[in-house]
Amino acid sequence: MTEPFLIGDAMTGGYGKGPDILTNCTIAVNPGEIAVIVGPNGAGKSTAMKAVFGMLNVRSGSVRLDGEDITALSPQDRVIKGMGFVPQVRNIFPSMTVEENLEMGAFIRTDNIRDTMDQIYTLFPILRDKRHQAAGELSGGQRQQVAVGRALMTKPKVLMLDEPTAGVSPIVMDELFDRIIEVSRTGIPILMVEQNARQALEIADRAYVLVQGTNAHTGTGKELLANPDVRRSFLGG
Amino acid sequence: MDFLNALVAFTNFVVVPGAAYGAQLAIGALGVTLIYGILRFSNFAHGDTMAFGTMATIFFTWWFQGMGITFGVLPTALLALPFGIAVTVVFVLATDRVVYRFYREKKAAPVILVIVSMGVMFVMNGIVRFAIGVADQNFADGERFIISARTFKDLTGLDEALAIRTTQGLTIVVAVLVVVAMFWFLNRTRTGKSMRAFSDNEDLALLSGINPEQVVRVTWIIVAALATIAGVLYGLDKSFKPFTYFQLLLPIFAAAIVGGLGNPLGAIAGGFVIAFSEVTVTYAWKKVITYVVPDSMAPEGLVQLLSTDYKFAVSFTILIIVLLFKPTGLFKGQSV
Repeated sequence: MTEPFLIGDAMTGGYGKGPDILTNCTIAVNPGEIAVIVGPNGAGKSTAMKAVFGMLNVRSGSVRLDGEDITALSPQDRVIKGMGFVPQVRNIFPSMTVEENLEMGAFIRTDNIRDTMDQIYTLFPILRDKRHQAAGELSGGQRQQVAVGRALMTKPKVLMLDEPTAGVSPIVMDELFDRIIEVSRTGIPILMVEQNARQALEIADRAYVLVQGTNAHTGTGKELLANPDVRRSFLGG
Repeated sequence: MDFLNALVAFTNFVVVPGAAYGAQLAIGALGVTLIYGILRFSNFAHGDTMAFGTMATIFFTWWFQGMGITFGVLPTALLALPFGIAVTVVFVLATDRVVYRFYREKKAAPVILVIVSMGVMFVMNGIVRFAIGVADQNFADGERFIISARTFKDLTGLDEALAIRTTQGLTIVVAVLVVVAMFWFLNRTRTGKSMRAFSDNEDLALLSGINPEQVVRVTWIIVAALATIAGVLYGLDKSFKPFTYFQLLLPIFAAAIVGGLGNPLGAIAGGFVIAFSEVTVTYAWKKVITYVVPDSMAPEGLVQLLSTDYKFAVSFTILIIVLLFKPTGLFKGQSV
């Protein structure tokens, strides 16, 4: 088996000096793929993603990006290495305009960001219409698009989304999923945590079911949807 | 003609001084609001930073005057201002390095930083009084009036005069320039935008690769410049006395909070709200009223709502009303 593009390999760790939340947890994603992490509340889904992004003390195991060991890097350094992260909450600059949000996303870049911005406006046409409006005045779904757009401004090699559909209506949720698939089609590997397990598994090329901070089931989205254990334990039969 | 005289008296005693005082408060409040928005604490040392900057500027003014350098019709202090700002910037950055940075690294709660800033306030207070003394210093020179009372009367033939002092005109002009430069910086430059981003959402700013120490440094530089400008303008307009500057803290904080802490536009609006409230409440309206009402109704008393000795009560009252009914201020700011 070849090494995946991004892998959090057998990670064990917790926040600060606190107890371990993850035990021997492995998460990986490849270009062109959408990998989702699902699981019951408190299973450590977000924690696993934060571990991959370096916001957690990983006491054993490692995180590798494109073959390079990045376990010791800070989240900021990982952004420079090409990881884009969209936090679950507080993921935009509310008093700044949509365009300024995108500009700030590209803060570490010194080249011309115009093309990337145009690409993002093509991907999320609503943002072009609202580009001079304060991001905090937008609807929940539009804000999430700003947040994803901001993360894409660095031209990341991998995009990580922490519950992108939390708190938006079902219709908006469908639209967001469509957008995420579109982003994935541009070749960027996407790793995301999702509450809406069924929908997430439907679009997943690779899926991880976490229970109590460790891998319970792994497979493609379809495999897991068909798996009776997974269905019984939290898809509701 | 009477109505015209009333208008002139009103402009002379309320509008002009209120506008000048408002501009001074606005620049002061802008500094307070920037610190609150970006470093996330109420800087009690701001009044004394103004005093320090003004003192530095006065020393340079005296030095220039000693060498025979003046600025023609404008006050020499204007020439000394950039040097005063430079000294204050160095002082403030040094304070950040030895005091505030320690607490920032420990991620101290805002309330601790407020107390720390009070300590800094006492130290600055002492330094200023030790260096220049506690007495009044009048350092305005150059032409005293843009329009003097006599010229205005000769020109218009009215009974009432409108006098505009050079320092008042200067205050308004400088304030407009400062505010325009400030907003241009915050809205148009990369560094300015990164400061707003940092103020909006610190964690996301870090994720976007914005360097917090750089943001903090630029903030202090701007705040030192704003404080010095506000202090020098106030000192030119009235006079420089360290204790008065310490007292200015109240109207400045009231202005920043009324406008909405952390909101630069609010700080400016708040400055004028406080200044005009203070001036209108403490002004003796007898003259203006006598002009507009029939003779039989002319007031006998001064029609002064509050003695000028109590002018701080005005900012205090406004502060309390705002905190009770609209804690986020007139513009969208953070609540205290």
